Amino acid sequence: MDYNKRLDGRDFDELRPMEAKAGVIKKADGSAYFRMGNTVAYAAVYGPREMFPKFQQDPKKGVLRCNYNMMPFSGAGDRVRPGPSRRSKEISAVTEKALSAVVDLSDSPNAVVDVYIEFPQTDAGSRCCGINAAAIALADAGIPMRDIVAAVAVGHAGNKICVDLNYEEEHLPDYVEGLDDKDVADIPVAIVPSTGEISLLQMDGIIPKETLIKALHKAKAALMQVNEVQRNALREKFAAVADEENGENIENVENGFEEN
Amino acid sequence: MGLLVKDKQVVVPGDILADDIGFIPGFGTYRNSHNLVCSRLGLVNIEGKVVKIIPLSGKYLPRRNDIVVGRVFDILMAGWRVDINSPYSAVLSNKETPEFIERNEDLSKHFDLDEHLVCKVTNVTSQNLVDVSCRDQGLRKLRGGRIIHVNTHKVPRIIGKKGSMVSMIKQATGCRIIVGQNGLVWIDGEPDKENIAVDAIRKIETESHIPGLTDRMKTHLEEITGVKISLNEGDYNGLQ
Repeated sequence: MDYNKRLDGRDFDELRPMEAKAGVIKKADGSAYFRMGNTVAYAAVYGPREMFPKFQQDPKKGVLRCNYNMMPFSGAGDRVRPGPSRRSKEISAVTEKALSAVVDLSDSPNAVVDVYIEFPQTDAGSRCCGINAAAIALADAGIPMRDIVAAVAVGHAGNKICVDLNYEEEHLPDYVEGLDDKDVADIPVAIVPSTGEISLLQMDGIIPKETLIKALHKAKAALMQVNEVQRNALREKFAAVADEENGENIENVENGFEEN
Repeated sequence: MGLLVKDKQVVVPGDILADDIGFIPGFGTYRNSHNLVCSRLGLVNIEGKVVKIIPLSGKYLPRRNDIVVGRVFDILMAGWRVDINSPYSAVLSNKETPEFIERNEDLSKHFDLDEHLVCKVTNVTSQNLVDVSCRDQGLRKLRGGRIIHVNTHKVPRIIGKKGSMVSMIKQATGCRIIVGQNGLVWIDGEPDKENIAVDAIRKIETESHIPGLTDRMKTHLEEITGVKISLNEGDYNGLQ
């Protein structure tokens, strides 16, 4: 059966409404908030700082350590049991890999950069949202990096390529009659925008080869929008400083700056 | 095409700064084929053909000859381990103290745990092992007063041109002030004057981006304390 209109009324290549803020956690060295629809992520970056346990230190370069955590009542269904799980450990690991494609920690040997990503509420696409938040937070913390990684999920639902699936679409057979699990695929993608390199690619479901390639092209276009939101969040936070030296003013700049 | 950004513009990692091979990548930038790309969040600084980034955030990384305020957090066989508000701790050797230390002397008599000191970074290795020294004029243990943390990247603004800004606060409040490059500031004086100095430093920190900072701070301090300040750019050795 065909899937002609998306459950939440979006176009097939339309993203959920996004919102981003940099510098939301005072005590962290860098932090960010990123929202995609009903999925909300907070990322806090600490470091570079001394690496413990010491045997994990790398004398050649610093280490990036990510931690993905869903808060107990963040899901739509049951309470998520707090603490690390098989799922959260895996997502922490792929997040780390997606981000280490750009960060350069060669100037901080033996040190670690800790990234804590917390989800107060989720509605599918949480790893992508987490990566987006973490990328902003890393830049905010002044970590040297090639680019800001952007991530989004694309998918295939009932013969249509959809961008940025929500929870209902990931479980489409439960909502639309005549579809079964074979008809749905969910593919989180992260890229380095300046080069187009893919730093995260996972898939859940079944998809024909040609459709996959088409879906990835759609993802790329969507990721440019995501990246623009990320960049603007950072520019907004530091805009006050630019006005300074340009000699422009400045009146209402003060407040924005104090939040940093 | 050439340069794609203005001088002193805020840039974000991944921003293309120039698409011309004629520009030379400086700190915080890298070359990607013919593009010059930003790799640190900060302000663009263009000096002739060299494009570099002045960072706005990030931890303090020790550099040689920096004056820093540190805290002793461990006593070693022949020296002390000093926390210098950086990812890497520093070592103060017992040969680098103001007074001579006998063999087998109890090191905690000179610097005990949790005591603060002003010291100078003498060496930084490729693995970021840091040596500091207390054997120079004005380098010593800090007794009394209070210590506040400020943004490392705002330290030059707090010191001012040749120390003009700190000397202004000192004149107005009569406090002794030491600004460490690592973002630790030691202030010692009358308690209410100390408060004025702390507020002044916080004001510099939040308003450093608004032009005419020095003049504004001068009138602000004169208003609060009633002391006439004469602006002088004395010789600043990082201490005073």
